[in-house]
Amino acid sequence: MLEIKNLHASAAKKSILRGINLSVRVGEVHAVMGPNGSGKSTLAHVLSGRETYQVTAGEVIYEGKNLLEMSPEERAREGIFLAFQYPVEIPGVSTTYFLKAAVNAVRKHRGLEELDAMDFLALVKEKMKWVEMEQELLNRSINDGFSGGEKKRNEVFQMAVLDPKLAILDETDSGLDIDALKIVAQGVNALRSEERAMIVITHYQRLLNYIVPDFVHVLYDGRIVKSGGKELAEELEARGYDWVKEGVEAAPQANA
Amino acid sequence: MNQALAEKDHYLSIFERCDQRGAGPAWVQPLRQDAISRFAVLGFPTTKDEEWKYTNVSPILQFPFRPAPPETEGSAAIAAVERATAIGLPLHRLVFVNGHYAPRLSSVQGLRGRVRASSLRDAFAEAPDSLKAHLARYADHKTHAFVALNTAFMEEGAYLYVPKGAIVEEPVLFLFLSIGSAAAAVSYPRNLIVAGQGSQVTVVEAYLGSPGAVYLTNGVTEIAAGEDAVVDHYKLVEESDAAFHVATQQARLERSANFVSHLILLGGALVRNDVNAVLEGEGIECTLNGLFMATDRQHVDSHTRIDHVRPHGCSRELYKGILSGGARGVFNGKIYVHKSAPKTDAKQTNKNLLLSEEALVDTKPQLEIYNNDVKCTHGSTIGQLDQDALFYLRARGIGLAEARNLLTYAFASEIIRGIKVASIRDQLDRMVRTRLENQFRAKERGS
Ligand SMILES: Nc1ncnc2c1ncn2[C@@H]1O[C@H](COP(=O)(O)OP(=O)(O)OP(=O)(O)O)[C@@H](O)[C@H]1O
Ligand SMILES: [Mg+2]
Repeated sequence: MLEIKNLHASAAKKSILRGINLSVRVGEVHAVMGPNGSGKSTLAHVLSGRETYQVTAGEVIYEGKNLLEMSPEERAREGIFLAFQYPVEIPGVSTTYFLKAAVNAVRKHRGLEELDAMDFLALVKEKMKWVEMEQELLNRSINDGFSGGEKKRNEVFQMAVLDPKLAILDETDSGLDIDALKIVAQGVNALRSEERAMIVITHYQRLLNYIVPDFVHVLYDGRIVKSGGKELAEELEARGYDWVKEGVEAAPQANA
Repeated sequence: MNQALAEKDHYLSIFERCDQRGAGPAWVQPLRQDAISRFAVLGFPTTKDEEWKYTNVSPILQFPFRPAPPETEGSAAIAAVERATAIGLPLHRLVFVNGHYAPRLSSVQGLRGRVRASSLRDAFAEAPDSLKAHLARYADHKTHAFVALNTAFMEEGAYLYVPKGAIVEEPVLFLFLSIGSAAAAVSYPRNLIVAGQGSQVTVVEAYLGSPGAVYLTNGVTEIAAGEDAVVDHYKLVEESDAAFHVATQQARLERSANFVSHLILLGGALVRNDVNAVLEGEGIECTLNGLFMATDRQHVDSHTRIDHVRPHGCSRELYKGILSGGARGVFNGKIYVHKSAPKTDAKQTNKNLLLSEEALVDTKPQLEIYNNDVKCTHGSTIGQLDQDALFYLRARGIGLAEARNLLTYAFASEIIRGIKVASIRDQLDRMVRTRLENQFRAKERGS
């Protein structure tokens, strides 16, 4: 479903991604781990089409199409969803209005009929339960004055409503207490399906106790330096990122 | 002879030949005379004048504007009123077409008690005491050339008198329609709102024009709010894209009065609006909010001045500008705290959103404070749409144009949300949305 080949990207003339190779098949859950500043969010944003990052080399094929040629909204309509590490507060735009516009943009693209107010409300009410979100939040402006936990829940809620094919979760666990973490993980697990792939970006192994990945990749300095099964996450937790760093710095640069 | 001089003579000679100058009671004529002599001295402002630094009025001077002949209730006028139902036609309304009062389109029978709403011409005929006490007492025709010109030619407009203690529940609409006529027409709406002690009233002034019509609206509204009076004033300008609008609203507020002004400027080739409030008594609350939107080659200049004259006054001001295309905006807000006004609490904010590379705004918030025992702040910002927010919306599947539209609306909505009267809020909200949609549609077609 997703094929990333030798992806290089930079921002403000600074090279950040330096040769990413990753292949994700439908139904799989991939965890991407790595220390601060290793390029995890950059990868997520490049896949979503953020224009602040320039792709300098490589390619990304999504469902047989050249992903890098698509605008952010086309990617979203084609089924890519990014749960932001830092969800943006947008005062003055109601969450309901926004989400309805988003749902219908996606539906229209898929050749489905647009939802009317009643059907939309029914859909939203059902999905809210998954993440135990207060309905009151719908009447507020997007993320405006939401707590950290509410913002993260709102991301998972939006994902549930938009029903993507490829979900990228960027540190959806960070800053959450254990109860909030369980709720978020519950929501994500409910969305796991044979028809959907997920890339779960995280700093800590903690989340992976609840969302068990099929593969774990370690991103360091803009490259995937280690890949393995879920036991790699445990090993990382035990030995720390220094273990990976040492390995990389000692070895000759393989795919520079 | 330069153009401004020649144009000045154009208006002076019309004044000389004007046969309706006699309209009104005897005391009006010296006012007109005084105003025209001031205008003769002042002439039209140039950009050398500090108050007109960013607004060049020479486009107005290119047309030999003359008052339009009265044909107020023809089918075109009725069609225009029907179009104007977009802004809603409340129970109480005074309607003017090309500057002339249209009694059959107006409705004032619903007003109870001694509340009085009429055309200025009818008020001249009746000559109530309140007219002489307030008319042309506040707006400054000594230094402001356009106020002088309006005062010299004043003969029609809206007059509203709310006696002591009266509460007018429904908003009163002053509707000024300019409908296409071949000749370039000028109108001089002269409005007076007198709110007696402890009275309460909501007034909506709306200026609408048919597309393409070239005309000049030169308006003055004076508002006298007595002790404890509550006056909620709205002004909406959606003149034709080829029209000029230059107007002043001058409020004089007495002890413990509460005055709220909302100014919504959406249309006109060149719009210059002044809102001035003088807080003459203690403990007055004054709110001035404004939203101006300009696109293409529109020029919109919004001036405000608040004079804190007595202690314990509180003023809040928020003006927002949205400029796109090659439009130019100006905000100039002055807060003047007199020595006699300790414990003043004043806050002024101007925020501007530029939606294109060519759009431009000049903002000049000014504080002049002559008393140390006050709390005053002011600030202004000029920015573009938030790129993070834009990406967030797009990453959910919302197209670029709609995302920009949503965020622009969100910026404007802060002003709309501050409107207390739900019916007015909803109407203005619709107009702002429509304005934005048209703007973005035009943009998509253009690119
Ligand atoms: N827009 C940008 N302009 C310049 N530098 C950037 C930009 N975005 C990211 N960077 C830099 O690129 C590097 C990788 O950043 P990125 O946010 O992708 O890391 P991360 O792995 O997500 O880190 P964290 O764990 O802190 O979220 C960092 O050094 C960061 O400062
Ligand atoms: Mg990150």
